[in-house]
Amino acid sequence: MGSYVPSTPAERQEMLKAIGLSDYRQLYRDVPESMYLEHPLDIPAGMSEMEVGRAVSAMAAKNRVFPVILRGAGAYDHYIPSIVKYIPAKEEFLTAYTPYQAEISQGILQSIFEYQTMICELTGMDVSNASVYDGATAAAEAAAMCRDRKRRVTLISAAAHPDTINTVRTYCFGTNDELRVVPAKDGKTDLEALKQLLTDDVASVYIQQPNFNGLFEDAEAIGQAAHAAGAMFVMGCNPIALAIMKTPAACGADVAVGEAQPLGMPISYGGPYLGYMATTTKYMRKLPGRIVGQTVDDKGNRAYVLALQAREQHIRREKASSNICSNEALCALTASVYMAAMGPGGMAEAATQSMSKAHYLAKGLCSIPGISMKYDGAYFHEFVVEMPRADEALQALEDAGILGGLPVEGGVLWCATEKVSKADLDRAIAIVKEVCTK
Amino acid sequence: MKLIFEKSVPGRKMTLLPACDVETVELPAGLRRASAPALPELSETDLSRHYTELNQHVHGVNCGFYPLGSCTMKYNPRIDEEMAALPGFTGIHPLAPASATEGCREVLDTAKQYLCEVFGMDACTFQPAAGAHGEFTGVLLIKQYHLSRGDTKRTKIIVPDSAHGTNPATAHMCGYDVVNIPSAPDGCVDLEALKAVLGDDTAGLMLTNPNTVGIFDENILEITRLVHEAGGLCYYDGANLNAVMGVVRPGDMGFDCIHSNLHKTFATPHGGGGPGACAVGCKAHLAQFLPQSALMDGEGHIQVRSFAGNFLVVVRALTYLMTLGREGIPEAAQNAVLNANYLMQKIKGTFAPAFDRICMHEFVLDLSEFKKQTGVSALDVAKTLIDYGMHPPTMYFPLIVHEALMLEPTETESRETLDWAADVFRQLFDLAHQDPAYMHSAPHNAQIGRPDEVRATRTPVVRWVKA
Amino acid sequence: MNFPSELKYTKDHEWLKMEGDVAVVGITDFAQHSLGDVVFITLPQEGDEVTAGESFGDVESVKAVSDVMSPVSGTISAVNRDLEDAPENLNSDPYGSWIIRIEGITGTEDLMDAAAYEAFCAEEG
Repeated sequence: MGSYVPSTPAERQEMLKAIGLSDYRQLYRDVPESMYLEHPLDIPAGMSEMEVGRAVSAMAAKNRVFPVILRGAGAYDHYIPSIVKYIPAKEEFLTAYTPYQAEISQGILQSIFEYQTMICELTGMDVSNASVYDGATAAAEAAAMCRDRKRRVTLISAAAHPDTINTVRTYCFGTNDELRVVPAKDGKTDLEALKQLLTDDVASVYIQQPNFNGLFEDAEAIGQAAHAAGAMFVMGCNPIALAIMKTPAACGADVAVGEAQPLGMPISYGGPYLGYMATTTKYMRKLPGRIVGQTVDDKGNRAYVLALQAREQHIRREKASSNICSNEALCALTASVYMAAMGPGGMAEAATQSMSKAHYLAKGLCSIPGISMKYDGAYFHEFVVEMPRADEALQALEDAGILGGLPVEGGVLWCATEKVSKADLDRAIAIVKEVCTK
Repeated sequence: MKLIFEKSVPGRKMTLLPACDVETVELPAGLRRASAPALPELSETDLSRHYTELNQHVHGVNCGFYPLGSCTMKYNPRIDEEMAALPGFTGIHPLAPASATEGCREVLDTAKQYLCEVFGMDACTFQPAAGAHGEFTGVLLIKQYHLSRGDTKRTKIIVPDSAHGTNPATAHMCGYDVVNIPSAPDGCVDLEALKAVLGDDTAGLMLTNPNTVGIFDENILEITRLVHEAGGLCYYDGANLNAVMGVVRPGDMGFDCIHSNLHKTFATPHGGGGPGACAVGCKAHLAQFLPQSALMDGEGHIQVRSFAGNFLVVVRALTYLMTLGREGIPEAAQNAVLNANYLMQKIKGTFAPAFDRICMHEFVLDLSEFKKQTGVSALDVAKTLIDYGMHPPTMYFPLIVHEALMLEPTETESRETLDWAADVFRQLFDLAHQDPAYMHSAPHNAQIGRPDEVRATRTPVVRWVKA
Repeated sequence: MNFPSELKYTKDHEWLKMEGDVAVVGITDFAQHSLGDVVFITLPQEGDEVTAGESFGDVESVKAVSDVMSPVSGTISAVNRDLEDAPENLNSDPYGSWIIRIEGITGTEDLMDAAAYEAFCAEEG
């Protein structure tokens, strides 16, 4: 059996004796006899580190890692600079608790303050929190912060990520509030349908930019429609796209959120990921989660602390609008190191290359007879095509070590990032061509 | 310490990406951002040294004793990190075909099986990303259960006044009215107070056992029976599971569902505030209500976040569970309890335990008398501990004890460390009687002195702005 | 601690002054002292209906938040927006810093005079 208990059996006996006991059962004297486990748990015996290492590695070996990934849909395989893996693995960053004790947590607090600043730069917003769980919960938290006593209804675009829609639906189910899904038309949010749904009890409108189909929404028009009806406007933006794309602030958003996994986190079967969340000064005190603020210490030196804590559950209890406590601090650190390593130029390069490669792939696929773009309109690094024999083509790609696009309603959703080379793309296009034209 | 932005030099950069090998496509003009984001521009040396400096201003479990009550700051084994970094896990797309993700599912299924056995539950999910998120999931199981039976009159969740703030906040997020019940003086449930609020509007009870002062509620079977009799369900907050895992099971105490923080009990690191991960277990009658991913599993279920949860954290927890196995799990719990009792015993005679009796994995010191005598508060003691190289205990929690310091040593501390800690507490007790002024202004040798929190919140500065 | 004799008080530590038919409401010296440095106040809107004994806003210190209860039922006729920028005035001058004015009063909570309130505070410690 493995163990991380340092004390030896002899020491344990002495310690028991020091508190006047002779065995462990006496420590649990308040536990009723009827429920005290007399037989061991029905799980295997423990193991040495070497055995466990082998057993868990064997599980990893049962997975298949595709050298080329052309699938996104909420999990994006970008290049991760080497240093981004090393810094968050430093043992102090890794093992520390939430920095409530500012006097011995300045390193974490400053890293969060820097993260908040970078998110503000990326989104154009005034204030960012220290992170939430992921992009889907960020959208749900945004919907909650936009509600007030009179406006309770949340609108979400059908062209958002299905997991985001379902998560927001679940949070609305929690508070017994209504969710209306705004239909999509030609792959994008239907502006006319949105206007019909914008009644005077609507608190907020959420769109994803670029949306689940990869298309750019007419964000400003949607924002104007929301504001005209007295509702708040929430945008969920891909953070890599934001290096080159018009910011949510410039589009009139009141809250900017999103899935920040592309900022240096591996795809990892879905997590840990990172939800970012930013807003305007006006709504700062409605922002959920931790926020780090700058102040001075008793000697007048610059210092950082958790600020505005009276918003949070540990003080406001049942009156808090969110119960969030633990967040994704180490992922926020990862994102900061990523953004600092890439710099504004590197971020823009990753964005432009992702977009360029997606367009090259789309052009190549659409040159195959029978394959065509499902939607018109500008797109970023994802797009949907209609294609025959999709299952067969995807299987042929898998056999060649390529994870192809994701089958979605009415087509296949493809994605490219800067990580795939022209040669990879040419090979993928050739395989699809062979299947689809045979 | 300089901010990373203050170290930035225009034009400085790392060489990370090759030149684009396809034709470059630009965004249409109307979609472009007006100017580039002012992210820092650094060399790799700059970057490495900046974060090394920050890291030197962080106190981790690896640095020293971390007796932070209710947080279970046990040692985080390195093998768990090594397993979570395997490319066979990190490189797997959540929407990859089933044939390519067999190993991921084996991780999740094995961890579920082991934890169901530890919990005494029938089914489990790892979708929630943290403890509070697990509470939300668990209470939504209760909500769905009642609604599925057409039982719409249950609008109240009962929470003891000693509970962590997330409990009432969660109940509120699930659309319930919170009924706070006073605890008995020992922090246990006051059965009469419970009976007085139970009724056909009771949706459920949220409870942690051992409770927030570190005492196992011996009436637990009666408590869960009473709630069930009223038609409510019982929710186990697993914040304190480390005291009892492998010794007694929440399922056997009569609970219907449970959340457990993998980043407490199952040794995954806290990461300065996250990511954690949470297992929510339930009995068979709630299993159909567990969350799923719309995109991975299909529509029709609740969902609390994208995909399958913080998968790599589950890899770490499974590695830990497999290491400990059936004997190691209760061994960890027993020694967590032993260490807490040993430390409490050694501190006795100076600072007073709020409850002078055998405790579970943590105990609370009540400094109200001490403060009256010396003028030194729990906060002052906590801040002075920093100068001695110890992370302060949890302060002013639970709310039912005034001037509370809550200590949870965990099982991964040696007897020497506990002896040293007790000695430090004794020294501070004496210091308070000799030189209280010194303690009022502690810490004296830390990264910073006490920060001005009023200023931080009254005039918030929450991002760097170029001077 | 200051307990002006011309005011009425609630057990939730609000003060009330009648100016004709209008009730002027703030928090007491005892309240600001227990809260510590006030850093923020959430205010209602003019025209909102308030109910005696129910919350119409809250005040925050660094480590606490406290509801402010209305001593009377009626309609809010004025809100002291200056407090949003200077919540510290609730500490320095609690009786000079009114929060809301209420008109159309239809009901009143049980109120104490200064002597009774001072005794009540002494009991609360």
